[in-house]
Amino acid sequence: MSLHCITLKDGADLDGFRRAVRWLMAEELAPQHIVWSLDGTPGLFGDDGMSSAPPISLPRSVARLIELGVCHRDPERYALLYQLVWRVLNGERDLLEIASDPLVHRIDTMARAVRRDLHKMYAFVRFRRMRGEDLERFAAWYEPEHFILETSAPFFIDRFRSLDWTILTPIGSMRWDRHELTFGPPTRREDAPSEDSFEEGWRGYYESVFNPARVNPTAMRAEMPKKYWRNLPETASIPGLIQTASQRVDAMIEQEATMPAKRMPERAIEAMWDQEPKTLEELNAIIAKAGPLVPGATQAVFGEGPKRADIVFVGEQPGDQEDIQGRPFVGPAGKLLDRAMKEVGIDRSKAYLTNAVKHFKFEQRGHRRIHSKPTAGEVKHYRPWLMKELELVRPRLVVALGGTALLALTGKSTPISRSRGRAQFGPYLGYITVHPSYLLRLPDEATKREAYEAFVDDLRHIHDLAQADPETGELPLAAE
Amino acid sequence: MDEKLSRKLRILADAAKYDASCSSSGAPKRKADIDGLGSTTGAGICHAYTPDGRCVSLLKILLTNYCLFDCAYCVNRRSSNVKRARFSVDEVVTLTIEFYKRNYIEGLFLSSGIVRSPDYTMEQMLLVAKKLRREHGFRGYIHLKTIPEASPWLIEEAGLWADRLSINLELPTEQSLERLAPEKDGASIEGAMAQMFERIEEAREERRHFSPAGQTTQMIVGVDDTTDVDVLRSSAKLYGHYDMKRVYYSAFSPIPDSSAILPLKPPPLMRESRLYQADWLLRYYGFNVEEIAASSEKGMLDLDVDPKLAWALKNRHVFPVDVNRAEREMLLRVPGLGARAVDKIVVARKHTTLRLDDVARLTSGLKRAKPFLIAADYHPHGKLDRQELRQRLIEKPQQLSLFA
Ligand code: SF4
Repeated sequence: MSLHCITLKDGADLDGFRRAVRWLMAEELAPQHIVWSLDGTPGLFGDDGMSSAPPISLPRSVARLIELGVCHRDPERYALLYQLVWRVLNGERDLLEIASDPLVHRIDTMARAVRRDLHKMYAFVRFRRMRGEDLERFAAWYEPEHFILETSAPFFIDRFRSLDWTILTPIGSMRWDRHELTFGPPTRREDAPSEDSFEEGWRGYYESVFNPARVNPTAMRAEMPKKYWRNLPETASIPGLIQTASQRVDAMIEQEATMPAKRMPERAIEAMWDQEPKTLEELNAIIAKAGPLVPGATQAVFGEGPKRADIVFVGEQPGDQEDIQGRPFVGPAGKLLDRAMKEVGIDRSKAYLTNAVKHFKFEQRGHRRIHSKPTAGEVKHYRPWLMKELELVRPRLVVALGGTALLALTGKSTPISRSRGRAQFGPYLGYITVHPSYLLRLPDEATKREAYEAFVDDLRHIHDLAQADPETGELPLAAE
Repeated sequence: MDEKLSRKLRILADAAKYDASCSSSGAPKRKADIDGLGSTTGAGICHAYTPDGRCVSLLKILLTNYCLFDCAYCVNRRSSNVKRARFSVDEVVTLTIEFYKRNYIEGLFLSSGIVRSPDYTMEQMLLVAKKLRREHGFRGYIHLKTIPEASPWLIEEAGLWADRLSINLELPTEQSLERLAPEKDGASIEGAMAQMFERIEEAREERRHFSPAGQTTQMIVGVDDTTDVDVLRSSAKLYGHYDMKRVYYSAFSPIPDSSAILPLKPPPLMRESRLYQADWLLRYYGFNVEEIAASSEKGMLDLDVDPKLAWALKNRHVFPVDVNRAEREMLLRVPGLGARAVDKIVVARKHTTLRLDDVARLTSGLKRAKPFLIAADYHPHGKLDRQELRQRLIEKPQQLSLFA
């Protein structure tokens, strides 16, 4: 059988190779009958026959290996890759799993070299700002070892999408203008800017992070071989750093331990520890400054009530109305709570009302802001604030309204139905009941009325408990 | 870049360099928005290497090296006579963005001496992260050093902006901590680690962003008489309790203006690399600390051979191991075979029988492996029992340090 010559374009001609492989497989031409020519003038062979060959299906891992392999500089790359395809399609579909096979090993090694080359390009391209441009424009000169320019493009676009940049190399160039990528012809070093105003600072940084006590140029060169140095501005510092390293270390070791400059600045240290918020106002200022830890919310909604309230009610999170007005329990659920409190004689203005989560978490649907339940993790983000808040109010009784409040107070998720009633939240006497919004959501009137009665019952207990003697649990004969 | 900023940068980079952590790994893959900047790739990228062989990946700086604490091993302790400087929040933001645009860095690793109060310091650091994310749409990597003495709510916030959080334990035992870092407190450090661990776990389950690249820590080696095994026990605990992504070991290094209670001579750098190797064995090779302890001398790792080889030499009876038949766990114990080589062997032998040449294509450590393994056409016979085996396998002393 005679030899067939396939001519491909210079560089990484993935499309040409794919077309050729399809045709060769259709013609059942074995690798030993093919000569691959890279003289850069394709088409000698007549494109028409080749483009009409049916597609072939290769395992994903083989396809990926081909994409990398064609980028390699080795002139034998296409011949090797075709051998791989031939064997995979002729009974050795799992060939790649045999990493010890000489062909697989060789192609793997090539692919690894290309991957490394790409990785080094991502690492070592150094952009310089172009002069004389109104808008920011950057350019870099880089010399890759393999034909990786096109393959590298997505990385730079993903990273520098909003910048206008150009990468110039001896095998071609590419420019991203924030919208579109265009490739250009090979370029020369002189085409790139020769300096950048941040390079001096970068070099200073590079010099400063070097630790002279650990000098190890071999390890450095293993990862940053000398061939890259000429395009890396910081490498100009290397010889000096190595030369002076031992003197610098000797000087450090010989230097006698000195007398401390400032001996015992007790005052400063005391002041430093005095960082805790001392009042609710201070705490609220901290919360306001932090901003929402959940998506949504226009403002933080703080707790409300007298500083030394007997009862603290903890709800879930502010709702739409609360978020707008900046006050807790002013929406429909708050109104219901008001009514129930009045029935049992709890004076709202004497209680302290707050929420586990201080911001309204919602999803925007059209014009409506739909309440969205905070996740356990989100509730816990707010927990340290709630704990501080309780510490500052120091109530006799803490009431958990609903599951979220319970989670915030105990750090654990427990269903309300199982724990309803008296409880202990750390140092505080506690009581667990439902959230008033639960009552609003019940479907029919009868259950609603029943649930409301149970809620009012709970409030009655709460009212009594708050007046009980904290030591004995006895109710006082008359309120103090 | 203006002169003053350059000068500050030198001081505050110099002060940060004793932190061994540099990695920019573990963040979920992200891309820049239409008008944003930055991406993360998963494994992270080293943009340069300094002549100590270390990678430069993040802009690793302190917000300030003024500090009210007096940790003996630290250049920034209040009693040290070094040059001091302080960045403004905006200066750090500008440096990060401008360096990033030029592809010098993967992102920012911000740490700080403690000024005014732990809370104040931590708030300033958070401000930097928030500005980067919010005002610059920055999607690159952010690693924040958490100040364990700061209020717990600041940690809750930090994870929302950072890819990675860390607190350095620095000293593996409570006693060392007391002696060398008088203001620090082991309990508050572990408390903060536990808090971060919980939030990171919850957020992962809830698919929310909270320090997605986890937390790391660092221990200094060679400032006192803590043994390697003590250090490794500490690490095993940190990995187990708090799911640390990495424990970094930093061989104590002479610092300018060093404290009188520190040793003058640094430990051999080899000690540090042996600790890393042992750490690796704990995490990826199925070893436990007690096995490593049993092959150490008085709690110290062998400096001449790596810990896996040291273990193999003391446990020769379990070798040789047949590459064509042995369980994965056993293959992982063969010196010279890395986890990746083992995985390739396990897959390849389903299709073929491996000869020594085949194994040679899968690992670069064949010389060390040979006495311990059997291949289709190879058996080590008496090699394993020879007395001088250890001698023969000792690595030629690499140039690890000019001064070690
Ligand atoms: S607190 Fe941190 S910066 Fe300050 S002396 Fe201790 S280790 Fe150094």
